[in-house]
Amino acid sequence: MSIDISQFHDVFFEESFEGLDAMESGLLNLEEGAADVEEINTIFRAAHSIKGGAGTFGFMAVSEFTHKMETLLDEMRNGQREVTPESTNVLLEAVDVLREMLTAVQQDQPTDDARIAVVCEKLVDMLGGDEAGDTVESQGETETAAEDGGEGPIGWKIDFRPHLHMLQTGNDPVRMIRELDSLGELSVTADDNNLPPFSDLEPEDSYLAWHMELRSDVAKEEIIEIFEWVDDDCDLTIEPLLGTATVAEVSAPAEDEPAAIVEADEPFVDVEELDEEADLIAEPAAEAELKAPAAKAEAKQKSASTPAAASIRVGTDKIDSLINMVGELVITQSMLSQVGENFTEEMLPQLIDGLAQLERNTREMQEGVMRIRMLPISFAFNRFPRLVHDLTSKNGKQVDLKLTGEQTELDKTVMEKIGDPLVHLVRNSLDHGLETPEVRAAAGKNETGTLNLNAYHQGGNIVIEIIDDGAGLNEEKILNKAVEKGLVAASDNLSPEKIHELIFMAGFSTADVVSDISGRGVGMDVVRKNIHSLGGSVEVSSEKGVGTKFTIRLPLTLAIMDGQSIRVAKENYILPLVSIVESLEVKGSEIKQVSGKGELYKLREDYVPVIRLYEVFGIEPQITDLEEGLLVVVEGDGQKVGLFIDDLLGQQQVVIKSLETNYRKVLGLSGATILGDGTVALILDVPGLISLYREPPSGNSVVKAVRAA
Amino acid sequence: MSEEQQVQVNESLDVMGELEDGAEQYLTFILGDEEYGVEILRVQEIKGWDVVTSIPNTPEYLCGVLNLRGTIVPVVDLRLRFDMSVCEYNPTTVIVVLNIEGESQRTVGIVVDGMSDTHNVMPDDIKPAPDFGSTIDIDYINGLVTIGDNMVMLLDIDRLLSVEAIG
Repeated sequence: MSIDISQFHDVFFEESFEGLDAMESGLLNLEEGAADVEEINTIFRAAHSIKGGAGTFGFMAVSEFTHKMETLLDEMRNGQREVTPESTNVLLEAVDVLREMLTAVQQDQPTDDARIAVVCEKLVDMLGGDEAGDTVESQGETETAAEDGGEGPIGWKIDFRPHLHMLQTGNDPVRMIRELDSLGELSVTADDNNLPPFSDLEPEDSYLAWHMELRSDVAKEEIIEIFEWVDDDCDLTIEPLLGTATVAEVSAPAEDEPAAIVEADEPFVDVEELDEEADLIAEPAAEAELKAPAAKAEAKQKSASTPAAASIRVGTDKIDSLINMVGELVITQSMLSQVGENFTEEMLPQLIDGLAQLERNTREMQEGVMRIRMLPISFAFNRFPRLVHDLTSKNGKQVDLKLTGEQTELDKTVMEKIGDPLVHLVRNSLDHGLETPEVRAAAGKNETGTLNLNAYHQGGNIVIEIIDDGAGLNEEKILNKAVEKGLVAASDNLSPEKIHELIFMAGFSTADVVSDISGRGVGMDVVRKNIHSLGGSVEVSSEKGVGTKFTIRLPLTLAIMDGQSIRVAKENYILPLVSIVESLEVKGSEIKQVSGKGELYKLREDYVPVIRLYEVFGIEPQITDLEEGLLVVVEGDGQKVGLFIDDLLGQQQVVIKSLETNYRKVLGLSGATILGDGTVALILDVPGLISLYREPPSGNSVVKAVRAA
Repeated sequence: MSEEQQVQVNESLDVMGELEDGAEQYLTFILGDEEYGVEILRVQEIKGWDVVTSIPNTPEYLCGVLNLRGTIVPVVDLRLRFDMSVCEYNPTTVIVVLNIEGESQRTVGIVVDGMSDTHNVMPDDIKPAPDFGSTIDIDYINGLVTIGDNMVMLLDIDRLLSVEAIG
């Protein structure tokens, strides 16, 4: 019985992609310094594993291609070849192609053969003329391989040699050949070399063999199926047919004269007929070709709609600690059930102890499970050395990329979603922020610019900083553009910070403003929107001529957060703990009225606007005097506001549930959660509250307020 | 099985009703003096009135949201939705949890005065709702059907409870 090796495919792909990442970062390191043998070894090993794996699973295209990379790497490793920027570039390109090939194979999509061929040629060129013989061969192999990987060969070469007794089993070669013919364009040559002299001929034995070429895109399995019944009674080889050149290769000693055939005479006639018919079926064959792209497109759609199941690699230590926690939980549970069995009032302290232990266990479990989803941010950072390498080689800038805090852990979902905004910000810095060496030299700066990517934990957040020492934001240009777009009035006297903030506004095309390079797809407003949708924030600070710094703050996880329970009239809400700056009792003397409507509260040196939660939510208040309630100073969108509430209740961790699943997004709310008693509590969204405060909704809230009153 | 039990079983079977060819089953409920029906296959469950958490800045007829075994489900008061007089919630007040088809499948609860019955309705028996002009909104009514002496209005819940309609 054979083992279904397809079950290992996922692991292979995962490992291969990891290997590719390792190769990529290794190659980029090579570039920076002299050839480090250890580094080359690492790259070589990764290539070797991919080659081996691909070979095992029958992805010949991948295996062949990797083989060539490996040859080149081997020469570098043995010191036969210098590590030059050219060779690393070719190898980097090869890594890209390999990644594409693997992705294509993984998703059952056709490979980009042209691109593969180009890079393959480069590799071969690099390997040098002394291996010219090899080259031709390997190129041929690549073609085979490429076809294996994607579109499949143009047809099949079938060598069918029945055993002597095959006819006795009731199988008729003619029928099989007919069936083959129905699959596509078939040409058949009979091989009668084994035909004995007439006197020795056994009429019931089959002496003939056939060499056939089937030009069709059928799968090998279909052909094998035709010969299924004669599997044990013949020698059958099926090889992919490669291009037109190979036709000549077919070693068919076809003899013009059918010779004296007795038993096999009939089949042969049929074969001749078939040859004639081959022309006639050219039309259906063309039709089949037409169908093929459609089928491919379908396959593409299919794979697009069903992405590969996401998986995650978890360190065994994390799993082990979880198992330990489960063990403790089981012990606590059995202790509690023992207490519950013969419960008397004296056992109350025991029960309370047990419950406290249960709480601790649960919290530890929760943290442990959350940790499983945590990945070091290096997963997101790792693509940047390559990005920087590619971009700088294109725009002629010299950039030194520094990564710090790569081991900072972040929830996998957050990681996946932060990738694109990060790329955008890094590209921005490279395109617009950092200057060309000449400009830098003229400004008295080091010719090589520095781009710093930094990540660290702060409270319940992860902070990612993108710092460049480039030209900084051009405030004048930004302001002019904003005025032109009508985003601000020319008379507005904006602080530099406010001007910097403008680049995040929708409709603000950075391409025209900050530099002339354009066509990057998304604007900064999209970056900000994406980060907001993760519950994070992004800020920019910049100094002309010194550099720009983007700071992204993200929650560590999306599923659970620390909340502060608050009360307004009869309603309870949850306020995210991270957004609270401080809570205080209101001193009447510090309240300032603004034009009789708005209220400001003097908080030390600052004035913060007071938002009465009952007002923006349109609920019937119980307390309207600011001095009787509490003011919670919260921060959202880089702005501080004071939320006026009746009471603070308690802190608790809440599991975030979406309101949108069954309803819709509600301004001022980021979701809901279920409290211990089974009721629902709404989670407040500070930026949403601020915009509610600025532009109160019309109609609905009034209706409710009136009804409540 | 005794004869008595058999009768009981038959009766309970009868409650479910044997579906005639082409007939559709409707669950009917009461709202004031009126009787309404919804397709029974769209009813996920019926539960007693429970405290809901009201959502700020939403129409009055949206009572709030409910925890239905871990999912957050909006609840619409059908009396208020139809501009009928408000009535105190009492023990017969129930929430009918419905599956709404739209851009995505959603679960929405409606508050009604009480449950009535299930009925088999032949499509031919459903009469189109007469046009009342602008006085009564019949957009959400699929048709009328007479059951016994009562007229039952069959609701088009997908329109009545679409995101736009309950937003």
